[in-house]
Amino acid sequence: MPYRLNLMICTGTACVSNRAFDIIEALEKEIKKHNLDAEVAIVPTGCNGFCAQGPIVVVQPDGIFYQRLTTKDIPYLVEEHFLKGRPVQKFMYRPPERKEPIPVMSEIPFFKDQMLIALRNRGLINPENIDDYIARDGYKALAKVLTSMTPEQVIQEITASGLRGRGGGGFPTGIKWKYCRQAPGKEHYVICNADEGDPGAFMDRSIIEGDPHSVLEGMAIAAYAVGAKQGYIYVRMEYPLAVKRFKLAIQQARDYGLLGKDILGCGFDFDVEVRRGAGAFVCGESTALMASLEGKVGEPRAKYIHTVEAGLWMQPTVLNNVETLANVPVIILKGAKWFSSIGTGDVSENPWGGSTGTKVFSLAGKVNNTGLVEVPMGISLRDIVFKIGGGIPKGKKFKAVQTGGPSGGFIPESLLDLPVDFDALTEAGSMMGSGGMVVIDEDDCIVDMARYFIDFLKGESCGKCTPCREGLRAMSEILNRICEGKGQEDDIDKLEELGRTMVDCSLCALGGSAPNPVLSTLRYFREEYEEHIKQRKCRAGVCRALITFTIDPEKCTGCRVCAMQCPQQCISGEAKKPHRIDQSRCIKCGVCYDVCKFDAVIRK
Amino acid sequence: MGKLTIQELEKLREKAREQLKLRTTGETRGKIIVHMGTCGISAGARDVLSALLEAIEKKGIKDIIVTTSGCAGMCSREPMATVELAGQPPVKYVDLDKDKIVRILEEHVIGGKIVKEYALGIGSERVG
Repeated sequence: MPYRLNLMICTGTACVSNRAFDIIEALEKEIKKHNLDAEVAIVPTGCNGFCAQGPIVVVQPDGIFYQRLTTKDIPYLVEEHFLKGRPVQKFMYRPPERKEPIPVMSEIPFFKDQMLIALRNRGLINPENIDDYIARDGYKALAKVLTSMTPEQVIQEITASGLRGRGGGGFPTGIKWKYCRQAPGKEHYVICNADEGDPGAFMDRSIIEGDPHSVLEGMAIAAYAVGAKQGYIYVRMEYPLAVKRFKLAIQQARDYGLLGKDILGCGFDFDVEVRRGAGAFVCGESTALMASLEGKVGEPRAKYIHTVEAGLWMQPTVLNNVETLANVPVIILKGAKWFSSIGTGDVSENPWGGSTGTKVFSLAGKVNNTGLVEVPMGISLRDIVFKIGGGIPKGKKFKAVQTGGPSGGFIPESLLDLPVDFDALTEAGSMMGSGGMVVIDEDDCIVDMARYFIDFLKGESCGKCTPCREGLRAMSEILNRICEGKGQEDDIDKLEELGRTMVDCSLCALGGSAPNPVLSTLRYFREEYEEHIKQRKCRAGVCRALITFTIDPEKCTGCRVCAMQCPQQCISGEAKKPHRIDQSRCIKCGVCYDVCKFDAVIRK
Repeated sequence: MGKLTIQELEKLREKAREQLKLRTTGETRGKIIVHMGTCGISAGARDVLSALLEAIEKKGIKDIIVTTSGCAGMCSREPMATVELAGQPPVKYVDLDKDKIVRILEEHVIGGKIVKEYALGIGSERVG
């Protein structure tokens, strides 16, 4: 009997860490108690996207959206809604500015403005069940290419769609496949790049966790197009759930004959293996990734000869990102024309002529609705941050959004109406990157942010080429100096010169894009650097060496809260009389500032 | 299951679709709401719901959603159900049992003719 209700419970990593599995257990118990187990199905799904509100349960077919559930809520929820049919308001989502909750998922602003292609199955299928994927047109595109298209036609279709690499490079996928197919070699390979390394980025992980078969199907189609028999998935160790679901998906596909020898009886052989990387940032770079896959040290090489000609084991190799591959089956089924009608520019003559389709972003940082969003290319950054992201928490002021991961750039408010598009973002001094988006507000110091990312990259630089290794070290030194209040007159010039040299001379894209956080902040927030250096001032109150905490005697009520919390015990004063901070012992931890209920602590 | 051919893949897809159908908030011809307040349950609404689900499966009906809701306010006439077909005003049925709900399914939902003997009235209370 088909189930009357389907409880779609998110089991992406974010919801799992918010105890989604405990919720499942509690639901099972309560549903059994009310004898509903033949009517109500519990379906674990991949990431639903609205990570800020996890754990999430969506009740279908009505689309009722429940959020932030705890095991304590379950008995009431099961009895009220699933038995008695009364949706429970108190577990529904309520946007910050509204009093009334929004019951139905499709009406929540976060979901309303999204357009799902790569994430088409999110929240709808159980990622550990291949039949669910098949029901949603899974492996239909593979059957189509094997029975009715030549490899050249597949390449033509993908090229015409304008699909460009979603890992950040933005190279037209169809062109890459064409070059690889044309290259002579003993064997051809297809690799899926699942080495998502940007801090704050989790698009690829969520696609794998939520819909691993869409990636496998994309790989099989790519293999057919370029003439490969073997594929590899390079995925980082830090993604255990993704690794598990990939392996399960591969086994299920093999059992059905959708991978392996003579796929679907069409005479096409292709199989996939999962290879785990140790999580080095540089291993997301094509040549470093392939070196690591071969068991060598993950270092990039100069690309006079491209990997499409001599990649893995010096054979022609196609390397595509997870999201790129997840788009492929849909393009094959719905056609290049449909895909290229979404997004910006015109790709009919020139595959670089625009940015078509959608892009998945992981929205993180100082934004209300952190989570995973898929939007059509060309949408403005403002729409992503404010309409979908719900704006900045606590009524703070937006400062900048960083796109493209650690080596992306910061985009200021004046450019928020910029369309999301490979070329527009590069022009603004940032990049699309893999789709990480970190929002910062007025409480974040721009120099400190640049320092954080440069320090991250310094640690991740493989050290093979001098501009990247030494350039990052020198930049880090200067930025740390500025944050400590020891900035020198010519530091800004030095940073710019170092940045330019790294862009021009680095061996791979890591070094070539590493100065972006510094160069873009110098371009848009130069005055903050100057304040740090010349006035020894940090307007956001982040750089400890540049700030002092004092107590306003007018406002202080002498409640003693700050004095009791101060780890240095350097706040003195009698009860009910204004207190004082001993500056010589203050470590500027900011605890007094945070705990004062009367705004009496001044941070300057 | 062993290795699939193209035809077998399509067959499997058809079968799997059935299970997935109710997971989307897609287009349907209408829905049958069984009122499951405490009053309804004690009057036998559970049996009515089970009989309805069974009949729907037996007849292979795919475009009707079965859902539940709370007490409809007339506890003395429970079990109750409301039939809402697209483009038509909802019809409330009262004093139901296993056989009556199946007849409603056959005559009203499939046949398009309201079962007047069991119907309380057409339309809903004004809300707001």
